Amino acid sequence: MLPIILLSILGLLVLFLGFQKSKNLLLPATLLVLVLTLIANFANWNDAPSLYFKGMLFENKLTMAFSGIVLLSALLIAALTRGFIDDEAAQPAEYYAIMLFSLVGAIMMIGYENLLMLFVGVEILSVSMYVLTGSDKRNLRSNEAALKYLLMGSFATGIMLFGMALLYGSTGSFNLAALKSYVLTNPSPSPMLYVGLLMLLIGMLFKVSAAPFHFWTPDVYDGAPTVFTAFMSTIVKTAGFAALYRLLSGSFSGVYTFWWSTLAGITVLTLLAGNITAVYQNSFKRMMAYSSISHAGYLLLSLTALSSQSQDAIVFYSLAYSLATISAFGVLMIVGKETGVRSHEVSENFNVFNGLGKKNPLLAFVLTVSMLSLAGIPLTAGFWGKFFVFSSVVERGLTWILVVAVLMSAVGIYYYFKAVIAAYMREGEAGSIKVPQFYRLVLIATTIITLFFGLLPDLLKGLV
Amino acid sequence: MLTLSLILIPLIAGVITLITKNNSAKQLALIGAAIELVLAVVIYSQFQPTAAQQFGFSYPWIQSAGISFAGGIDGISILLVMLTAFLTPLIILSTFRQPYKNASTFYALILFMQAALMGVFTAADAFLFYLFFEAALIPVYFLAAVWGGEDRIKVTFKFFVYTIFGSLFMLVALVYLYYQTTSAQGHTSEISAFYKLALDAQKQGWIFWAFFIAFAIKMPVFPFHTWQPDTYTESPTPATMLLAGIMLKMGVYGVIRFVLPIVPLGLQTWGTTAIVLSVIGIVYGSIIAIQQRDMKRLIAYSSFAHVGLMSAGVFSQTLSGVQGALIQMLAHGINVVGLFFIIEIIFSRTKTRNIEQLGGITQRTPHLTVYFMILMLGSVALPLTNGFVGEFLLLRGVYESNIWLGAIAGTTIILGAVYMLRLFQKSMFGAKSTFTEHFADLSFSERAVLVPLVIMVFWMGLYPNSFLKLTEPAVSNLLQMIHY
Repeated sequence: MLPIILLSILGLLVLFLGFQKSKNLLLPATLLVLVLTLIANFANWNDAPSLYFKGMLFENKLTMAFSGIVLLSALLIAALTRGFIDDEAAQPAEYYAIMLFSLVGAIMMIGYENLLMLFVGVEILSVSMYVLTGSDKRNLRSNEAALKYLLMGSFATGIMLFGMALLYGSTGSFNLAALKSYVLTNPSPSPMLYVGLLMLLIGMLFKVSAAPFHFWTPDVYDGAPTVFTAFMSTIVKTAGFAALYRLLSGSFSGVYTFWWSTLAGITVLTLLAGNITAVYQNSFKRMMAYSSISHAGYLLLSLTALSSQSQDAIVFYSLAYSLATISAFGVLMIVGKETGVRSHEVSENFNVFNGLGKKNPLLAFVLTVSMLSLAGIPLTAGFWGKFFVFSSVVERGLTWILVVAVLMSAVGIYYYFKAVIAAYMREGEAGSIKVPQFYRLVLIATTIITLFFGLLPDLLKGLV
Repeated sequence: MLTLSLILIPLIAGVITLITKNNSAKQLALIGAAIELVLAVVIYSQFQPTAAQQFGFSYPWIQSAGISFAGGIDGISILLVMLTAFLTPLIILSTFRQPYKNASTFYALILFMQAALMGVFTAADAFLFYLFFEAALIPVYFLAAVWGGEDRIKVTFKFFVYTIFGSLFMLVALVYLYYQTTSAQGHTSEISAFYKLALDAQKQGWIFWAFFIAFAIKMPVFPFHTWQPDTYTESPTPATMLLAGIMLKMGVYGVIRFVLPIVPLGLQTWGTTAIVLSVIGIVYGSIIAIQQRDMKRLIAYSSFAHVGLMSAGVFSQTLSGVQGALIQMLAHGINVVGLFFIIEIIFSRTKTRNIEQLGGITQRTPHLTVYFMILMLGSVALPLTNGFVGEFLLLRGVYESNIWLGAIAGTTIILGAVYMLRLFQKSMFGAKSTFTEHFADLSFSERAVLVPLVIMVFWMGLYPNSFLKLTEPAVSNLLQMIHY
């Protein structure tokens, strides 16, 4: 549980650093904190699974892998935030501190052993996200998004809490292990348990933006500053799916027959809603929002199937998705800024990528690899992510959902390639784009890792 | 090791080409492709015509999923490996007079494509096959979409989405089959392990369709062909040559490699449907080809008709049908590349591909006329040319399986002659037009491309046995597996 402690204490230090008016130290300090936490996270890799804080938190290889993905994503995204220091209206110390604190929430969601801990984690992460979404104070869209996120998010939290209460009412415990043994020893649990489970699921599915609880996603993703959109779409999603996986595979695998059909319906709905709506977007950022919904669908597919493959599939998919998403948003940030227009409608449209292949071949390549990976084309990590998810589904024998997923993957190629087409085949304005050294490093890193796991997925797959 | 080098040489040559300056790119690419050809000739000379796989390699790759990096060459691969190795240097050579912008990327993509195609034709692992099958698509997509004609973005995009869509179904089928296998280490994705599966007829039916959609789109078979004529027309000619000459063979090859041996019962139920669709494609493609004015479009539709016959032959599951398809893949690759090149020569001199605007080219160009005629007659399947052998065997195969379908498929002989002779007549004979007034005969580099093709036309036409005997043991072994 070292990461939680480190992040809490060092996060405070970063916050205090902001009082010293030494803005330039903030980013290095944050990155240092994240690197330290990342190392600390894997320090206990070979230890036996163990419980912490009186059995409230759990740690094993799976939770460490998920925390690792979250921390790595945060590290890469934080490295893309140099713009804060130049922006007069920004409050970088607060942003960095909130980002670090939000990771505490994410890690709690990943490692909870008690539903209360899950609730605390979700709230820490969500409240941080509400704040960060509205951090661009002068932008009306950002304000609106923050308010929308806050209102709907609170509502979802309420439902989730009610669900937990009902679960407590029917089983007498918040503990995952206790829930599991209750489910296993009571072949016909009370309807209260089912209702509780459903309400808990609704709350969680809201957080990972699964349909039909996804309506906030495009507006919030669109309104938030791009850096925080990247943060949201990777870290919240990974933590959310880790939590869902532990809940469903751990405590409630005994009532699989009850929840799988609900989840199957939601999966199909999510796949359809995400992919089909994404086709009609003119804004790259909104497209990415819908694409994040669709990826929630693929991850849900693996949960619905819940087979021996699911765990590996979810871990791998989360990593592949996070890396590609960070690449894509990173390129959008650089290119969007270059257009020099403050209007979001212009700087976030697909057209900003026009002629990127000529203006900056590196950025165009990074964008292409990330789009290929999101679309699931071979030799990228995203392909293997889809492959493992599909494998888990085939193992369970849910072929009809798989057919829907396959059709939707083909639809996905359509909208992801809009960006590639803009970059290579459309004529843009002349001129070249300079990429700051630091950004370049991040983008090269995400691209190399994406291609590396595209060639050698086994290195990651066998680990957990 | 030899087989692995077949994949690696173009890959390495491609990377070298990519990082060198634009002006030396074509020479480097040609050298890479020439080395590859030498290697292929070495393999050809050492190849033993038996059913067994030779020059195999196998490395563990994704062990947790039972996927290995394994490949080799058997009697079914050999002709396609030779075809790829033979055509690529010619395709590169054919571009020597044509300056392409960003030449290093252009030639690197051609070489990457070659590497992927070699991978497809030699893979012994189903997922490796799938990866290369998809990977071949990316270079050709960029070749077509960046260097293509006016409508290129829309057209190539349609092609890309179409083929990926099909491949995804194949992926599902492969994953499903993978879970049916059992070996000491759990599941395995070796193709040979898939051959041993005995699934019930209904499951085979589903898998048949998953495979069929994937391969039918690639070939293409009616009604999955709508991407093809546009893509062939809009792509730059080297990409069209790659597409028509080699890439569409991936579909036919896939059917022979996967559909026939893995889902024989599915084939029993649905095979006739597949033949019917293929035969519709033959007649339909030929009739549309007759009406075309654009030469490139005409060859595109003729290619659609030809591949329909190959697919009908393969689905007939007869020795002569499958053998015919293999030999016809080789012959068609040679003819179609030659024809597209001649169209490119005419286009580069007259700036038109409309046959109504051409005419009278023969009067000044003895060389071009002779080469064009030989390739055209090969495509029409005149006896003693390469097209005849394949077409004869194919028609015999289809006839053996269904007399009526065989008879309808036979119309390809007449219709093919109609559109090809019309093409030749309208463009080469008659009065000169304003476009063809000053028409220079072939240059040295152009002849260097056409001579090897013409030699192959006659070699295959006069002595087809040198190719048939390579494939025969493997094909009869395959068919024995089906008719157990």
